Amino acid sequence: MSWLKKILPPKIKRVIGPSKKNVPEGLWSKCPKCDSVLYRTDLEANAEVCPKCEYHNRISARERLDFLLDEKGRKEIGADVQPVDPLKFKDTKKYADRIKASQKEVGETDALIVMKGSIKNVPVVAASFEFKFMGGSMGSVVGERFVRGVQEAIKTKSAFICISASGGARMQEGLFSLMQMAKTSAALTKLSEAGLPYISVLTDPTMGGVSASFAMLGDIIVAEPQALIGFAGPRVIEQTVRETLPDGFQRAEFLVDHGAVDIIIDRRQMRDKLSVLIAGLMKLPVAA
Amino acid sequence: MKISFLDFEQSIAELEAKIEELRAVHDSSPLDITKELNQLQQKSINLTKETYNNLTAWQISQVARHPQRPYTLDYIQALFTDFEELHGDRAFADDPAIVGGLARFEGKPVMVIGHQKGRDVKERQFRNFGMPRPEGYRKALRLYRMAEKFGLPIITLIDTPGAYPGIGAEERGQSEAIARNLYVMAELKTPIIGVIVGEGGSGGALALGVVDQLLMLQYATYSVISPEGCASILWKSQDQASTAAETLGITATRLKAAGLVDRIVNEPMGGAHRAPDEMMDSLRKALADELSKLEAKPIKALLEQRYDRLMSYGKFKDAALK
Repeated sequence: MSWLKKILPPKIKRVIGPSKKNVPEGLWSKCPKCDSVLYRTDLEANAEVCPKCEYHNRISARERLDFLLDEKGRKEIGADVQPVDPLKFKDTKKYADRIKASQKEVGETDALIVMKGSIKNVPVVAASFEFKFMGGSMGSVVGERFVRGVQEAIKTKSAFICISASGGARMQEGLFSLMQMAKTSAALTKLSEAGLPYISVLTDPTMGGVSASFAMLGDIIVAEPQALIGFAGPRVIEQTVRETLPDGFQRAEFLVDHGAVDIIIDRRQMRDKLSVLIAGLMKLPVAA
Repeated sequence: MKISFLDFEQSIAELEAKIEELRAVHDSSPLDITKELNQLQQKSINLTKETYNNLTAWQISQVARHPQRPYTLDYIQALFTDFEELHGDRAFADDPAIVGGLARFEGKPVMVIGHQKGRDVKERQFRNFGMPRPEGYRKALRLYRMAEKFGLPIITLIDTPGAYPGIGAEERGQSEAIARNLYVMAELKTPIIGVIVGEGGSGGALALGVVDQLLMLQYATYSVISPEGCASILWKSQDQASTAAETLGITATRLKAAGLVDRIVNEPMGGAHRAPDEMMDSLRKALADELSKLEAKPIKALLEQRYDRLMSYGKFKDAALK
C-alpha cells in the first residue's frame, strides 16, 4: 500500500479501491491456467484475461463495474446498508470478527456493490459481487442492496444487471441468509411487472443459494468462459454419487450445452454486447 | 408399532423395556403387580417430559429425522379426503421425492404438495430420501399454477434434507428449478400455507416455502445448511454438529422469535411419532384456523402482504437512518 493510501480516511480508500492482493507485487505475473509469464500491464490492459489462453482471472466487484459502466453519472446504491451479527454466531472465530477482518482486507463493507449508471448511455443499475468478501456469500446486506438496486432500476426505468461471483448463502446468518433467496427473487417480479430487462451475468464461481435464486432468473443469462456454475459444489456431488465428475462439468460451456445459459461472453466484449442486448430489449437505438 | 428410541432417549428406552418385561410377567403369573407397573409407567412419562422439556437443538434435529415420524403422505391421508395424486413435470419425469395433488380439506378443494421420504430401505431409495430433483420442483410449479388458475388454496408440507446434489440434477438445472419456484410463489394469486413437518433443508425446502403463513411443528427444524454440513465447513469436523445446530438457530422457538415462522404447532409428548393421531388433530385445527383467515383476505391485499413480508427479511443496520 502506498503512503498516500495509508493516510487516506477509509471512505475515500473505498472509492479508490483495494490493492490487488492476488497479484504478486512487481511487473510480472503467472497465469494460473497456462503458466505463461505475463507482463502485468498487458494483463491489466486485457481486462485481466490471459492473452495466451483466455483464462478469465477473478477480479473485484469494483473493477467489473469499472469495465462495464460509462465513466460519467455513476452513483452507488445501498452503501449505507451494513452488516450485523443477528445470531451472535461463533465458530472457530466470531462472525463479527470475520466481518471486520474482511472489511479491512478487502476494503468493502459487504459482498455486493450496487451502482446506478449507464452503458453507452443505456440506463442501468448494476450489482456486482465481491468474491473476496467471505466468498461472495449472500447475507442480509447482499439481499437488501440487491433489492434497493432493483427498486432504483424501477424508479429510473433502467435495466438491472447482476454480476454474480458467490459460494452461496452466508451460513453465519442462519435462516436470515436463506430468506435472501426468496427476497431477491420476489423483488424481480416487480422489475418484470415494470417491463424492464434483467440481465444475469454468471462469473466464476456462482454456486448454491445465489445460483438457485436471482442468478438463474435473468431474462437473459450470460456467463463468462469457463466459469463454474451450479447448485451443489463438485465435491459434495462427488461424495454423494461416488463417481468422478465428467470433464468440464458445471462449467459455463456445459450449462450452454444443457440449455441453462443463453450466451457466453468474453469479458473483453461484455460492455459492447450487453449494451446491444439491453438496447434491443428496451427498444433503444444501438450505441456506436 | 414398536417405538424406536433415539440415542438421548436411552434411559427412557430402558425403562420401557423393563415395563414390557413386567407386563409379560403380569400377564402370565397370578401375582398382582399393577401398582408397580403404574408407578414405572408414570416414571417413564415423567422422564420423557423432562427430557423433551430440555431438548437441545441437535436432539431436536434427531427427532425431526426420526425414522417413525409421520411423513407427507401420512398427513395427507389423515387430514385430507379425496386425494388424487398428480404426477410428472410434463417435460422429463415424475419425481417421487415430491408428491402433490388435488384433495379436500374440511370439505373444501385444495392443492396439497409436499416432500416425501421413504419408510423402509426400498422406499427410501425410491423417494431418494426426500431429496428432490429438478423435475420434482417443476411438478410442484405446475401444480402451483394449476391451483392459481382454479382459485384453490395451496398447502405445502416441508420435509427434506435438501435438494439432491447429483449429476443429472445439475444437468437438468436444479438451480433454475428452485429459483423459478421462489419467483412464482412470490406472485402466485392464491393463498399458500406452508408447514414444516420434519426437516426444512435449505433451498430444497424453500422451493415449497414461500408462503403467506408458515407453520412449524414443535420438533421440526429449518436451516440454511445441515448442522453436519456447517460443522464440517466451519469447524472442519462433523463432531461439532451439535454446536452448529445450536449456533444456527434452527428450532421452531428460535425461528418464531426471529419472526421467520408464524406459528408453532405443538407435538405430543415425545414427538409426533409417539401419538400420530394427536399430532394430526392439532395440525388440522391450526390449518383450518389459518386457512379461514387467509381466505377472508382479498387477493390483492394478500399479495401485498406476502411481498412486504418477503422484503422485510434480513437483519442489517442502515447508516443513513442514524
